[in-house]
Amino acid sequence: MRKLLIGVIILTLFNACKSTNNAKLPILGNAHEVTKMVNGKSATVTESATIPDFKFVNQYADTITRKSLDGKIYVADFFFTTCPTICPVMHRNMIKVYDEFKGDDNFRIISHTIDPKYDTVPVLKRYADKLGITGNSWWLLHGEKGDTYKIATSYLQSVQEKNPNGEYIHDGYFILVDKQKRIRGTYMGTDPKEVDKLIEDIKTLKADPEEAVAK
Amino acid sequence: MKFKIIGFITLVLIVFAISCQNDGQVEFNRYYSGGSQIYQSHCQNCHGAKGEGLQALIPPLTDSIYLNSNKTALACYVKNGLKGKITIHNKVFDEEMPSSDLSPIEIAKVLTYVTNSFGNKMGTINLEQVTADLGKCK
Ligand code: HEC
Repeated sequence: MRKLLIGVIILTLFNACKSTNNAKLPILGNAHEVTKMVNGKSATVTESATIPDFKFVNQYADTITRKSLDGKIYVADFFFTTCPTICPVMHRNMIKVYDEFKGDDNFRIISHTIDPKYDTVPVLKRYADKLGITGNSWWLLHGEKGDTYKIATSYLQSVQEKNPNGEYIHDGYFILVDKQKRIRGTYMGTDPKEVDKLIEDIKTLKADPEEAVAK
Repeated sequence: MKFKIIGFITLVLIVFAISCQNDGQVEFNRYYSGGSQIYQSHCQNCHGAKGEGLQALIPPLTDSIYLNSNKTALACYVKNGLKGKITIHNKVFDEEMPSSDLSPIEIAKVLTYVTNSFGNKMGTINLEQVTADLGKCK
């Protein structure tokens, strides 16, 4: 009986250790079945949803595509520079993420403007300067409205045209994407606690062996 | 008997003094706590929970010298918005604050809150003062 108890305790401890060391983030998005040729035979496999190709321009007027994020873990959000409501809160919190990882070239933040008419490239550059962000860690992306709204759905976000009060409706989420372009977490960007969780999850993801080898 | 009268008079005086002092304090508390609610719903997104602002985009509300020297203009800033260069803590801001649809009493409350929080201590900015200030907006 005593031995059994000790055994159980050791096993529990072992498992506890294991789960903290090998913590894995979930893979979000709608997985879908695809039929593929595997070893000359057709087989149905489940593939997780990934962010499709896109083309936008950043605050330096450089073209940014899906390929620009190859080999990088990144966080995406949607905003506009004249947003009086949640955006200042979101970016006050995003600066924490930026400060934590700005030295890491395998990490990026991308913020899509949902008001491309006002938020031209020079306006985005000025915003970036005033926000105090430099270098290539955090890109503010400008693109066709339709393209931005379409990519938003890939990030499980909804953005809409201006409502009758002239306000844009958009979600204040930060979306964590891995090197395989899979969504690994969504966090309310206006809540400092969730943003702390995001920072922890980025560290976890960086330590994931699957991510270390991915290019 | 004499003692009783003196005691009574002293008591009356004390009660009087306390209630006088309390009148001002009660008014301040009423403005301040109401203002705290209004701040959270109308200002905090931009200026932050601690009045810290946001980098070079939104100025902090912690510059007591600026607030004091612009005391009678603050109501107009909140009502009509503010645009153009201002210097806060020796840093130049050249941004735009949108106008608001707050009523004069709400403006008085939120200004009492702002000018007595985040290290500021300017006393009550009451409705009479705000009404007078709003009459002189540029
Ligand atoms: C949409 C964001 C936004 C909101 C909401 C907002 N402000 Fe401002 N506020 C600003 C900006 C930007 C400036 C600087 C304007 C400039 O550069 O001329 C400013 C300036 C000020 C100033 C003068 C400068 C200073 O830092 O002391 C005061 C006072 C002020 N705001 C108070 C308020 C109060 C009170 C509210 C709520 C009723 C409020 N603001 C809501 C963005 C905002």
